[in-house]
Amino acid sequence: MVRNVAELDHYSSDFQKLQGSNKDNWITEIRGRAMETFTDIGLPIARKGNEKWKYTNVAPIARLPFKLAGSSNTPINVIKSVSPWSADWTNVVFVNGHFRKDLSDSSDELDMSTLAELDQKDTPVDELGSLIDISDDGFAALNTSFLQDGIVLRVEEGKKVKSPINLVFYSDGTPGVVSHPRIFVKADRGSSVSVIENYVGGGGDYSLTNSVSEIFVGEDAEVNHYRLLSESEHTFDVGYGRVNLSDNSVFNSRSFFKGANIGRYDLNVLIDGEYASCDLQGLYFTSGDQHMDNFINIDHAQPHGTSNLFYKGILDGKSRAVFGGTVLVRKIAQKTDSVQSDKNLILSPDAEVDSKPALFIYADDVKCAHGATAGNVDADTLFYMRSRGIDLETASKLLIYGFAGEVIDKVEVSELRDYLEEAFLTSLPSYRFEF
Amino acid sequence: MTEQKVISRQTGVEEKQYKWGFEFDIESDNAPRGLNEDIVRFISAKKNEPDWMLEWRLKAFSHWKKQGEDASPKWAKVKFEEIDFQDIIYYSAPKSKDDAPESLDEVDPELIEAFDKLGIPLEEQKKLTGVAVDAVLDSVSVATTYQDMLEEAGVIFCPISEAVQKYPELVQKYLGSVVPYSDNFYATLNSAVFSDGSFCYVPPGVRCPIELMTYFRINEVDSGQFERTLIIADEGSYVSYLEGCTAPMRKTHQLHAAVVELVALKDAEIKYSTLQNWYPGDKDGNGGVFNFVTKRGAARGENSKISWTQVETGSAITWKYPSVILQGDNSVGEFYSVALVNNHQQADTGTKMIHIGKNTRSTIIAKGISAGKAENTYRGQVSILPNADNARNFTQCDSLLIGDECGAHTVPYIEVRNPSAQMGHEATTSKVNDDQLFYLQQRGIDLEEANYMIINGFCRGIFKELPFEFAMEASQLLRVSLEGTVG
Repeated sequence: MVRNVAELDHYSSDFQKLQGSNKDNWITEIRGRAMETFTDIGLPIARKGNEKWKYTNVAPIARLPFKLAGSSNTPINVIKSVSPWSADWTNVVFVNGHFRKDLSDSSDELDMSTLAELDQKDTPVDELGSLIDISDDGFAALNTSFLQDGIVLRVEEGKKVKSPINLVFYSDGTPGVVSHPRIFVKADRGSSVSVIENYVGGGGDYSLTNSVSEIFVGEDAEVNHYRLLSESEHTFDVGYGRVNLSDNSVFNSRSFFKGANIGRYDLNVLIDGEYASCDLQGLYFTSGDQHMDNFINIDHAQPHGTSNLFYKGILDGKSRAVFGGTVLVRKIAQKTDSVQSDKNLILSPDAEVDSKPALFIYADDVKCAHGATAGNVDADTLFYMRSRGIDLETASKLLIYGFAGEVIDKVEVSELRDYLEEAFLTSLPSYRFEF
Repeated sequence: MTEQKVISRQTGVEEKQYKWGFEFDIESDNAPRGLNEDIVRFISAKKNEPDWMLEWRLKAFSHWKKQGEDASPKWAKVKFEEIDFQDIIYYSAPKSKDDAPESLDEVDPELIEAFDKLGIPLEEQKKLTGVAVDAVLDSVSVATTYQDMLEEAGVIFCPISEAVQKYPELVQKYLGSVVPYSDNFYATLNSAVFSDGSFCYVPPGVRCPIELMTYFRINEVDSGQFERTLIIADEGSYVSYLEGCTAPMRKTHQLHAAVVELVALKDAEIKYSTLQNWYPGDKDGNGGVFNFVTKRGAARGENSKISWTQVETGSAITWKYPSVILQGDNSVGEFYSVALVNNHQQADTGTKMIHIGKNTRSTIIAKGISAGKAENTYRGQVSILPNADNARNFTQCDSLLIGDECGAHTVPYIEVRNPSAQMGHEATTSKVNDDQLFYLQQRGIDLEEANYMIINGFCRGIFKELPFEFAMEASQLLRVSLEGTVG
């Protein structure tokens, strides 16, 4: 990783200001250490030998002098209009990375507090940061340097949280600003919870959202995680998620990408308990000049784990989609069952897909498979439909619909599924295939 | 050199697996240890090369020096101690070569015996199997059989050093046209110091009447082998080329950095098969050959086809990606591979298929088997460029793990930039099926044999791509390489 000091300087004054406004406590200490690391490693702009960022050049992000975003009094109806929302959910709103208590619900089902509140009370969050390795990722280090207003969700033992927690991170479109959302979820033994992360908003000029989430899934617990990235076409969005699974736990992730200029989602699930399972699915629809990079990794570190990785992409315009993912099966992780697949539908001659689904296997008694496909819809299928009297345009639209629907159908929160169907299926290109 | 003890296959200590581990007691003519411009000049002078060849070598050498040893590729999933490039002998020739044998009869009888021992009886091969053999011992091509018949067909098959003298216009036109001297660290090194190798040119419309074969052998202690092979199939021609390799057992590692370039023009087809059985090192990972090889074919003309088949059982480390650049419209690229690693062997191998022309098709079938403490990685790239309308690729990589101390990895890179492309990749990893083993054992087949049968079946699809004699040998190789992996 090449360090580029000149490009890091623009974060330092905001950092000094943030630290100065705080009395010294646990949070300033974490921030201080993270900034040291960040100054040391910088952003991953190196192009040569940089496998983690092989197909995504972050130089455009690193070059810009982003300023820390301030709060804003955006009214609720503006936010509701762009984000999934339901009165039945526990909605929690952040504008430009700042918590808006006035717009947020409270919940009696779980312990929910913001880092700012915990900072005031001087109660550290013990495991905060324990899943992430900031020395390995400049963006995560940068996020940690600006810890301020993140959300901490703790579900107590055995508690089944009924209403989904809807975390809305709205960006009001102020040009040249950066926000650093931070999410910490801890589901104790036998509990269950659904968390929706929404990144919405953005304006006509560039801005950066740099989020980090940490999720602990305790023994026998279940976490359903949804992530929607639907910002304007000028925003940069870098997301970093780390998940830790204990014995018999279940983690389901559904990730949707619709908007951002450059989007990156780096998710790593560590299977740290026996008989744990994860199901990670994603759908990305890129158009125009968009660039989406999904970097999804699963680390089987205990036996009898199950993992399913299923990502699908639809590419239009001059867009580019990147899928990188590794399933690592450690020596101890015998009896692992793992499937990984990435399927891409390319609709435009100027679009590009780069897929790198890797397997690293050190245990012998395992079943692992992966697959990747890229191409257009199947000509035979189309021919069949036309032979039944369906015109070319309808037929191709139906096929694209079906392709996207496979992931959306698996969303269990019904209001969210409705939202996604509306957001994705109506905006899909009505492409006429030429054969 | 003359003091060396001859290890016969009977006395080969515990390595009953590696029966090719003997060395010949042949006087050789070495360059001094180390690498500098003088060595490059020395090699060129030894070969009596024209100026343009020396200049090309020097250009490569200066590029190699300029980029420094840090430029050696680090991305492969292999671990080894740094190579001291100054501790290698870059040129070693059997001395009798100085007397330049005119025909096989004049070849040092000891050499003939040596090749007999290797299972390449030059004389017999000549009569029986109808395979033209070019044998390369250490750095020098020692014998090429079947010249008359090839000449009649118009096929040129000779050591590349000879081709430089006799067919300079062909060599100049094609050498470095597929793998330029600046391609990668090891290819650059090879370009500077390559000693010999085979050259083959098949004229338009000719179907090469026999299989061509080069046999490579490293004999000398501490010598590196840097051979260079160039095959050109002119319009409408066909050639099938085989390559086999062995080396003696040594306590130290030996470097083998070869470059193979294939050029297929319009309607031409090249089939290239490799049986790689360099010494893999002992069971504790001492010694063995570092096999760092650049192989690439250019399917230049319309309807041309290049097919790579490889069976990799040897070498301490294999680093090799036989690739095809599919330039011509309707051209076809194929890659069939079995890579077996045992003990401390490491293999990082695969292919690259670069689709440039329209209607280009490629198939990749790779089978990896890991046993002992070995690491096996498939690394492959499929690129479909914007103009490659209707390109098709199918990739299948299967890995088998034997024992819980080995690793099997799959790292595909897929780059698609054309919507009409159809690209599919699939890979699986598993162990030998217990039920199948049980079934075979219950029929009275012992565990080791049962294991071999299943693995042989796993690789069958690849073996059938090999010419018949080679397939038999590959099957045998698999058996000895698997010895001691169960139980």
